[in-house]
Amino acid sequence: MIPVCRLEDLPAGDSVRLDITPPVAVFNADGELYAIDDTCSHQDASLSEGWLEGCLIECPLHAASFDLRTGKPACLPARRPVRTHQVYVEDGVIHVLVASDAGATGDGGTGAAEKGSAA
Amino acid sequence: MRTVIVVGASLAGLYAARELRAQGFDGRLVVIGAEPHAPYDRPPLSKGFLTGSGSGTADESHIALADAEETAELAAEWLLGARARSLDVRGRTVVLDDGRTVAGDGLVIATGASARRLPGPPLAGVHTLRTLDDARALRAELTCGPRRVVVIGGGFIGAETASSCVALGHDVTVVEAAPLPLVAQLGPEMASVCAGLHARGGVRLLTGVGVAGLRGAEGAEGAGASDPGAAGARTSEAVRAGRSVTAVELTDGRLLPADVVVVGIGATPNTAWLAGSPLAVDDGVLCDDGCVTALPQVVAVGDVARVGGVRAEHWTSATEQPRAAVRNLLAGHTVDTAHALPYFWSDQYGSRIQFAGRRSDGDSVRIVEGSPDGLGGDPSAGVRGEGFLAVYERAGRTTAVLAVDRARPFMKVRRGLAAERAAELAGV
Repeated sequence: MIPVCRLEDLPAGDSVRLDITPPVAVFNADGELYAIDDTCSHQDASLSEGWLEGCLIECPLHAASFDLRTGKPACLPARRPVRTHQVYVEDGVIHVLVASDAGATGDGGTGAAEKGSAA
Repeated sequence: MRTVIVVGASLAGLYAARELRAQGFDGRLVVIGAEPHAPYDRPPLSKGFLTGSGSGTADESHIALADAEETAELAAEWLLGARARSLDVRGRTVVLDDGRTVAGDGLVIATGASARRLPGPPLAGVHTLRTLDDARALRAELTCGPRRVVVIGGGFIGAETASSCVALGHDVTVVEAAPLPLVAQLGPEMASVCAGLHARGGVRLLTGVGVAGLRGAEGAEGAGASDPGAAGARTSEAVRAGRSVTAVELTDGRLLPADVVVVGIGATPNTAWLAGSPLAVDDGVLCDDGCVTALPQVVAVGDVARVGGVRAEHWTSATEQPRAAVRNLLAGHTVDTAHALPYFWSDQYGSRIQFAGRRSDGDSVRIVEGSPDGLGGDPSAGVRGEGFLAVYERAGRTTAVLAVDRARPFMKVRRGLAAERAAELAGV
């Protein structure tokens, strides 16, 4: 598990990028925490810099949109999903459990990822 | 409408085909493409495709715009490697180069634009960068050891290609005829800032000087001809000509030695095949605000279309226009307009430039975040600079926004501008 930041440092509507390989983006979508791969599956752009609306994150480069819950693209130009990762809050600190590559290819990630809650 | 023909199998053509199906057209759909390739994305060609970096963009499957599943769903007849030669006077029958004809009752023109070339006989080592084949040929030549590369034109293609060449270890000079590259797009202040990226990236930028011509020599004497790999990459036309480029001669008399020359001096819309048709052509196919031509059953989208007086060679325009164009085509008259907010981006020297809006000369420009001094990260380490955000203003209103490595605030301003634009169009 990788510590991200303190819960109060990621207010609703905000996002943070984890500089690991590949980078991961963590979002606070109206109180629910989600983590997905940070790099858009269409072209090289950081989703943590995108536009968050509900559970959708819009890529800042070409406006591809992804569902944070599943990693699946909601519209073109992206056609491939991004991986989703599990998020936990422990002692007030947000942690991400990065999905292993094995179970996370092609179908948008682990699917059964438990989402953390900032509530 | 029973048969719709889409002429052009690139970004705008594919998006038109998608829109036709998405909007319920279930008739026969024929897509004609001059290139032999299935639809692919051009922006990576000057960037990751040349350098082999980025998210696997050197892999040709990565630039494909549609996968097998989607292609099957579109249920289109693809005529690839088939160039349209003419359109009949009723705008219903397309004649192909090989003499075949395709008849339909609706037509989408998406033939794009072609790279402008320099006059003169072909020389090996001289490239344009527009198509996948162009990019393959240039890439092959750039992997044959260090070369002296001269890029003619400091626009987006020129700057990105120069950036890719220097990343590959070549010695690169950019020649720009205007006093500053991108001045028409960005205005003098910001063009000056962005011009600084070349020097930071280790590329010589010569401005305010034109190209008088290219110098060449017979193959054996031609620079780089000693390397058999390079010869293989050159066009058969140029090889037949037997001459390779050796230098670029400037209008002030200077001579720049060159093994590879990349000509990035813009593109011209592919409209020659429409000569003799009833469609009006003037630097693009003339259309109303809804992409509809003089014939209601003919619409035009993408680089080839002059929509409401504006021809925009933007990726985003090519993806956004087809929605309105197809609606209007299926309706039989203009019911929707395609006036999205102009948007373009460019990746060069490890920095990402994004611009949105309609700037005009005389707009004031103000840096609202960061600083031009914060430009330039370390491209080799994949580290972006701090960047900046600038807004263009006129009479107290924001007209456009420019960001260098500031994607997040850029998006916010861009969305605000788009919302204003939509309200304007709705007559609010």
